[in-house]
Amino acid sequence: MTALPQYNFAYLDEQTKRMIRRAILKAIAIPGYQVPFSSREMPMPYGWGTGGVQVTASIIGPDDVLKVIDQGADDTTNAVSIRAFFAKVAQVQTTTHTAEASIIQTRHRIPEKPLTEGQVLVYQVPIPEPLRFLEPRETETRKMHALEEYGLMHVKLYEDIARHGRIATTYAYPVKVEGRYVMDPSPTPKFDNPKMHMSPALQLFGAGREHRIYAVPPYTEVVSLDFEDHPFEIQHFAEPCALCGATEVYLDEVILDDRGGHMFVCSDTDNCEERRQAGHVGSLGTGREAAE
Amino acid sequence: MEGVIDGAFADPVMQSQSVFRALMDALANPGTMRKLPVPRAIGTSMIPELVSTLLTLSDHDTSIWLDEVLRSEPANVQFASFHTGAPMVAEPGRAAFAFVHSAEAMPPLDQFNPGTQDYPDRSTTIVLAVPSLSGGPALSLRGPGMKDEVHISPSGLPGDFVGQWEINRALFPRGVDLLLVADGHVMGLPRTTRIAEGQ
Ligand SMILES: [Zn+2]
Repeated sequence: MTALPQYNFAYLDEQTKRMIRRAILKAIAIPGYQVPFSSREMPMPYGWGTGGVQVTASIIGPDDVLKVIDQGADDTTNAVSIRAFFAKVAQVQTTTHTAEASIIQTRHRIPEKPLTEGQVLVYQVPIPEPLRFLEPRETETRKMHALEEYGLMHVKLYEDIARHGRIATTYAYPVKVEGRYVMDPSPTPKFDNPKMHMSPALQLFGAGREHRIYAVPPYTEVVSLDFEDHPFEIQHFAEPCALCGATEVYLDEVILDDRGGHMFVCSDTDNCEERRQAGHVGSLGTGREAAE
Repeated sequence: MEGVIDGAFADPVMQSQSVFRALMDALANPGTMRKLPVPRAIGTSMIPELVSTLLTLSDHDTSIWLDEVLRSEPANVQFASFHTGAPMVAEPGRAAFAFVHSAEAMPPLDQFNPGTQDYPDRSTTIVLAVPSLSGGPALSLRGPGMKDEVHISPSGLPGDFVGQWEINRALFPRGVDLLLVADGHVMGLPRTTRIAEGQ
């Protein structure tokens, strides 16, 4: 991250914030529709979620408490840097606890702890267009959304079934929002898709390189695309988290040695830690201190 | 020109942020009342609630439309151009934002821009000042942003509002979005909201 000798509140200038804010209001009014906006250079590379950062910068105020996660973890370089960035340019309080945050910026996960009314979840999105891999031309995908022509998407999913016997897509699994727009939920595991449905939190999506903002208001229908004979299913894990014993959460496989030793641990580090603090212990965990 | 300079935000950065959050929360949670920070009154028909939304949302990239009563007072026009630089349009159908000081001055909803099927975001957002956000006829709301049915009773809505709104809603994804303002509060009615008369 480059030095920021002089900066505006939340880094962006007022005109840019206004432009992004207007896009956010339209996005909320048209759930799942991708609103174009003029993305700005941010003092971090595109892969770091500049779209999400610009959305957060445009909504954040001094009373907010910000949490940033990357693949479920609060302590990756990316998450730590973005948190430090906003602590500096917006003087906001930060947290790692989901329940304490008013804004949660995320890359690739939705927290395990159910979100609540008043919270805002900001997704960093690399590719906002769910139809992109079927049709690379923006003019065409725009037309498909306008005409609600989503047949190709179903064909693609059905080809999966023909080839693999099931829908093989596990990340960025397409959803339909409020019965109208097909939307890319960003590269979250499909495990998280059901959490988007009727969530009490406002969900905002920012794609910096692709100049798109979209939204799912609270209490909005988000349905994963599927077929009657092949209904949508989330991933299931054979074992619980090795550290906290959690089941029904998303787990990452961690390789322990070169002899095939491995364990599954919570991807949501905050949730795992809270569980261990509450006394939950997994097969390899011996309480919180030992686990760290 | 005194009125032109006065009445803007004392702290534009922070006040715009808190006004925006009120507008965002209002549209994300239709029918709820959100506290809307307002600047000092400028002493014209442009009430502070209209001023604070104007200052927060408009700039030289957004065409704005003021209703006839607002437009007839030169101080309002001067204030808007001085503080926002927004181009003023004469037809509501060309406006990104429309500011309306009362239901009597409000054109039918279909006079505003509903956007296009390809770009439904290129539509008008209407900010309508009403006498009060309560005390009027009961309306019930359903749709995104609402867990259950929401009951509201803003007073001073245009006649046949529910009928006009139904036509607007049927245009989805096109359509206009409405922000009602009164007494330092804002209530949002995005195009997705279904409105019925009575409880
Ligand atoms: Zn765990």
